[in-house]
Amino acid sequence: MWFTELLILAFEQETDVSTIEAEKQPTSQSPFREALRAFRQSWAGMLGLIILIAIALFSFVGPMVYGVDPFEIVWAPLTAPGEVATVPLGTDQLGRDMLAGLIHGGASTLFVGLTAGFLTVTIGILVGSMSGYYGGAVDEALMRLTEFFQVLPALLFAMVLVTIFPPSILIISIAIGIVSWPATARLTRAEFMRIRNLEYVNAARSIGAKNNRIIWRVILPNSLAPLIVSATLTIGIAILFEAGLSFLGLGDPNVFSWGMMIGAGREYILDAWWTISLPGFMIFLTVLGFSLVGDGLNDAFNPKLRER
Amino acid sequence: MSELLSVKDLVVDFRTRAGNARVLNHISLDLQEGEILGIVGESGCGKSMTALSVMGLIPSPPGNITSGSISLEGLELTSLSSRKMRDIRGNVISMIFQEPMTSLNPVFRIGDQIAESVLLHEKVSKKQAWARAVEMLEKVGIPEPAIRAKAYPHELSGGMRQRVMIGLALACKPRVLIADEPTTALDVTVQAQIFDLLRDLQRDTGTAIILITHDMGAVAELADRVAVMYAGHIIESGSTRDILDNPQHPYTKGLIACVPHLEDTPTDERPYLEEIEGVVPPLTELGSGCAFAPRCQYAMDHCRIEVPVIQPITDRHKVACFKVTEGVSA
Repeated sequence: MWFTELLILAFEQETDVSTIEAEKQPTSQSPFREALRAFRQSWAGMLGLIILIAIALFSFVGPMVYGVDPFEIVWAPLTAPGEVATVPLGTDQLGRDMLAGLIHGGASTLFVGLTAGFLTVTIGILVGSMSGYYGGAVDEALMRLTEFFQVLPALLFAMVLVTIFPPSILIISIAIGIVSWPATARLTRAEFMRIRNLEYVNAARSIGAKNNRIIWRVILPNSLAPLIVSATLTIGIAILFEAGLSFLGLGDPNVFSWGMMIGAGREYILDAWWTISLPGFMIFLTVLGFSLVGDGLNDAFNPKLRER
Repeated sequence: MSELLSVKDLVVDFRTRAGNARVLNHISLDLQEGEILGIVGESGCGKSMTALSVMGLIPSPPGNITSGSISLEGLELTSLSSRKMRDIRGNVISMIFQEPMTSLNPVFRIGDQIAESVLLHEKVSKKQAWARAVEMLEKVGIPEPAIRAKAYPHELSGGMRQRVMIGLALACKPRVLIADEPTTALDVTVQAQIFDLLRDLQRDTGTAIILITHDMGAVAELADRVAVMYAGHIIESGSTRDILDNPQHPYTKGLIACVPHLEDTPTDERPYLEEIEGVVPPLTELGSGCAFAPRCQYAMDHCRIEVPVIQPITDRHKVACFKVTEGVSA
């Protein structure tokens, strides 16, 4: 997956050019590797990546280090952070540990963000590539479908889906994916329409390549740059969307998520600031992290912004 | 020598908003085994469309083969299923394009791209296909082919990329290679190298080449026979000698006069470069009569009424011009 490759590349040691021996041929770099090298020089992208790694560690390693059950009532309700040593970030309105809630909420928030993001990109690329490549009647039909989903009030539609089906975090992710793919589809379609008439596509046809091959092996790899950037931003938007749904009480009641914590604590906003500010801050940080990474990738992939 | 490719009475129409454009108007061509046929003409005269029709790559819609036949060793290509056509493309006929800078896929190694072509048409292992790619790169004169095969297109110069394109096109040993202005985007010195390469490869492999160009110099250098196109018609064809030494059609004469010559001595007064007045008319606005008549200094009344049909004036030299053919018969 590109994300793991990005992680590996981001922390790879850069070779010192001056120490390369004269006989050694410089190894060839794919345009993607080159872009990721440029990504490492973008402070915004790297800062975002560090934030995201910190949040991932917090959410996935946290439960092992801090083994408190987030559903367990551990202290008096609405204990302020720092008041009692055993509950460092205080308790919520039911007396549950805030820190444990934040830790466990992170995993489900990230799960929803990534799943919904993945779904958005997958549907978007499938629809957009067919539409952009084949054009004509296929394009017409798929674009009307896209417009149908685009004019649906996203929040209401997602609420309907979540109300009909049991509110598990998977259903929530799917609902978010279904309402947010049109933008990706349009972006993919535009890229396909731009690239399908370029000479290397004709050249691929002239060696006898099939349509499938041209779509997935020739055009898609060349249109990935803006899609990767938009996928990153999509994850941030999906996380906000989940927070919104959970805030409205449409989240999965069996799973902690930051949005749900904010929703549950909203009545105590004047008495206990920490019940909503802390999960709110986590959401802010995560979305900021994804946006910064998206920004860094954009700089890296856009040769006009990249300094040589 | 036997007939390899034969195009007969081919008509291709493009339906555009401005009206029907007949981009190819009763074109007839034939290509013998192992020969180089040059097709020359200005931009928009239908050279590239001829190539794309043979490849079965006419953008459709709006393009459409209205009538005529293209047969390759007796096999009719115009009625072939798209699947069969795919097997032929790259395998029996392949093509190199004008812009080497953009005709290679930027995200794959050049070796992979050549190997892909081999894998598409032959039952070989990936390893064998890669070995063939390296062999092809060596054949087209890429130094250190085993290392360069791992390079990405952006790491190569224009001339190198055109060599790679030629290697890609010839990887499956096609019978016919269509070179659509292969050197237009390259430096003059590199042009000469590419011509040499094409000629050598043609000699080694016996592949017949259709060389599409607007450069009379290129034709003189490479082609055995030449067809001159204007506004979708072939207006003159014959051996390169015939066309260059004894051009008959006023348009061919004009094209040859357009080629600049280096002066013998620097003191010579520099002559003006000759030009053909006017431009190729829009194909949607062709009236009756010879398409070249509005630009032709010899145009007669007859020329504006009736379209001249291409007719032989000697054994292999054919012209479509009333002035020439009527002059001969009178």
